Amino acid sequence: MKLSFSPEDEQFREEVASWLRENLRGEFEPIRFRGGPGDEHSFVEERKAWEQKLAEGGWTCIGWPKQYGGRGASIEQQVIFNEEYARAGGPGRIGHIGETLTGPTLIAFGSEAQKERYLPGIRAGKEFWCQGYSEPSAGSDLANVKSKARFDEASGKWILNGQKVWTSLAHESQYCFVIARTDPESKAHKGLGFFLVAMDQPGVTIRPIEQLTGTSEFNEVFFDDAECAADDIVGEPGEGWKVAMGLLGFERGVSTLGQQMLFQNELDEIVRVAKANGAARDPALRQRIAEAHIGLRIMRFNSMRMLSGGEDGSLQKEAMIYKLYWSSWHRNLGKLAMDVMGAESEIVPEAPYELGRLQSMYLFTRADTIYGGTNQIQRNIIAERALGMPREPRG
Amino acid sequence: MEFRFTDEQVMIRDTAEAFLKEVSTSEAVREAMVTERGYDQALWQQISQEMMWPALHIPEEFGGLGLGFVELAATLEQMGRTLLCAPFLSTVGFGVNALLVAGSETQKQTYLGQIAEGKTATLAFMAPGSRPDARAVQVTCAADGDGFVLNGEYRYVLDGHTADILVLAAREAGSEGEQGISLFVLPADTAGVSREWLPTVDQTRKQASITLQDVKLPADALMGEAGQAWPALAKILDLATVAVAAEQVGVAQESLDSSVAYTMERVQFGRTIASYQAIKHKAADMMLKVEAGRSAAYYAACVADEALANNPLGEGLAEAASIAKAYCSEAAFFNAGCGIQLHGGVGITSEYDIQLYFKRAKSSETLLGDAAWHRERLARQLLDGDAA
Repeated sequence: MKLSFSPEDEQFREEVASWLRENLRGEFEPIRFRGGPGDEHSFVEERKAWEQKLAEGGWTCIGWPKQYGGRGASIEQQVIFNEEYARAGGPGRIGHIGETLTGPTLIAFGSEAQKERYLPGIRAGKEFWCQGYSEPSAGSDLANVKSKARFDEASGKWILNGQKVWTSLAHESQYCFVIARTDPESKAHKGLGFFLVAMDQPGVTIRPIEQLTGTSEFNEVFFDDAECAADDIVGEPGEGWKVAMGLLGFERGVSTLGQQMLFQNELDEIVRVAKANGAARDPALRQRIAEAHIGLRIMRFNSMRMLSGGEDGSLQKEAMIYKLYWSSWHRNLGKLAMDVMGAESEIVPEAPYELGRLQSMYLFTRADTIYGGTNQIQRNIIAERALGMPREPRG
Repeated sequence: MEFRFTDEQVMIRDTAEAFLKEVSTSEAVREAMVTERGYDQALWQQISQEMMWPALHIPEEFGGLGLGFVELAATLEQMGRTLLCAPFLSTVGFGVNALLVAGSETQKQTYLGQIAEGKTATLAFMAPGSRPDARAVQVTCAADGDGFVLNGEYRYVLDGHTADILVLAAREAGSEGEQGISLFVLPADTAGVSREWLPTVDQTRKQASITLQDVKLPADALMGEAGQAWPALAKILDLATVAVAAEQVGVAQESLDSSVAYTMERVQFGRTIASYQAIKHKAADMMLKVEAGRSAAYYAACVADEALANNPLGEGLAEAASIAKAYCSEAAFFNAGCGIQLHGGVGITSEYDIQLYFKRAKSSETLLGDAAWHRERLARQLLDGDAA
């Protein structure tokens, strides 16, 4: 066991940090630390410009193979990039769905034509993507999607009908990848297709969902005879589930240390408030602040384990607990923030409802234990896959 | 970054697991725990002479194997998992670490050599009713010719009634807090030392009181500088704390494993109770605790290695130890407590072993500071700007 990164990786870290120091300033100064979870609606145009700036520096899609415009960066380097990016206050990445989900999916399952058509736009920070998975009746039970895709022989196009929900950045994206039923008689994970759909067309309607924070990160997306070119299906009709599930394996925890740096920023802010308002002298709050610190440090140790092992891509135990662990920790941090602020926690900085950073975090962390697999689903997965307990009956 | 076992470390862990499964069975634990001594001497001979575990992280120049704290932690985890009844934590977690941190070359040669050959050791520092900080040191020492004379009483000394070698903390009369503390090492049969076994709730771990009445020690019993030993003692306690945390991971793991195994067997309403979500979700929470605890304990073990080598990364020892002990204490207690619940009625019988894990979880939590104590130590560092 070793605790440190190699000298080469440390050199890479310095390269990332110095590029960010030189470029994340001037016109981009206002977007530092902005656009993260709960704040994705802010500074959209500036953040799109920032994506192109990143691309010019060669800092988009660094984990992609070189032949597709990436750097072929190692897992360690991707971790380091994410960590330094968060440390420098890099804004929330509008391009992250294309970079971490669409791109790897096309590289693994796409045709050469699809790669040529779509990868350069993502790499250049000019074409943005959203994810069309969840539906009103397909949340945790993702295989229950009802959206349908029918091939129209006359026009030679796929025609999509249905509704997607919880689609973040839908209104800022040119494209959406969508799973929909190619076989209308099929059930569960059979008979699905994976489609690349342009958002700017008459058959697509986007409706923002206002959240408890008063902001709208998420949307509903309606497809009413939306069109999709014949060769914009990834894999064969019926292979959609395989493609969609393959995509879930791509992320592999490289962004976890970056996410933890955001958490650290929040915890630091809570400590600052506690010292300033005297909460730091309250024995019960001292215990909880220390507990939050312990929880975050262990999150890092856990990531280090996760990133050190499993070269074969197998799911390790420390990886299986990760979502349940961080989401529960972050939700507790939200409540701690309010309790540390005390009476002031109720006062909104700006009318009518411009929440402060910690207030917004407090409310938005309620989503953490729900999206990407609820805590209940995570516990089922842990019990069944890691502990070998009996599987839930599935209808 | 390689935060995972090397092949050699995996081998050491597997060897420990296999050996302890053989020798530290439920029957063996129950037989040893009801004796005053608390362990089987033949087994200790095997552990020290065949497995050479007490010598694990003793440097080769002092007759040891020269391995590191991670290997030690891997072994301790397996000991916790089987509730091994042996004076290992006292001898190695406290005794060896005390000698490595504070012993002179001569003291190391003498005592580490003896430990490698099978002698046992422990550390005494706590006054009755104290908590594990500098104020716990109440036994007094005074200059006596070239040597020293010690008086007072220790309590909560692990294996204090059986240890062959004692490391004692004492303070100059009138000194307070971190000032005036000295460490001594001596054979347990030194005149004036009387020792008494204290029966404990957790019978798998023995404690004793030690009373010193005009105990005269030669100058060469002193470890380091007279009156300057607090930093060394603090470091020894932090190293021992990491050792306890590694054991707690094993307690947490076995509490989970035995409970899952039980729920897979137990049938109610026509199905194994393991098929109910109420049971599965509890088990999932238990696994989260044990895996997060494992990450914390092994990180701390890595830092302990750096600290023993006096490397800069070792400066994080106090923080890493507190993180590991705070988390692993609660993980072991949570898992053993949930374990009893998942066992249902049989969980509270003496026949099933889960009650033994529940008792060990609590005694380990109390040992060297419970979770709240370590959180407050971290809070001082985070919120008051003090060193922890």
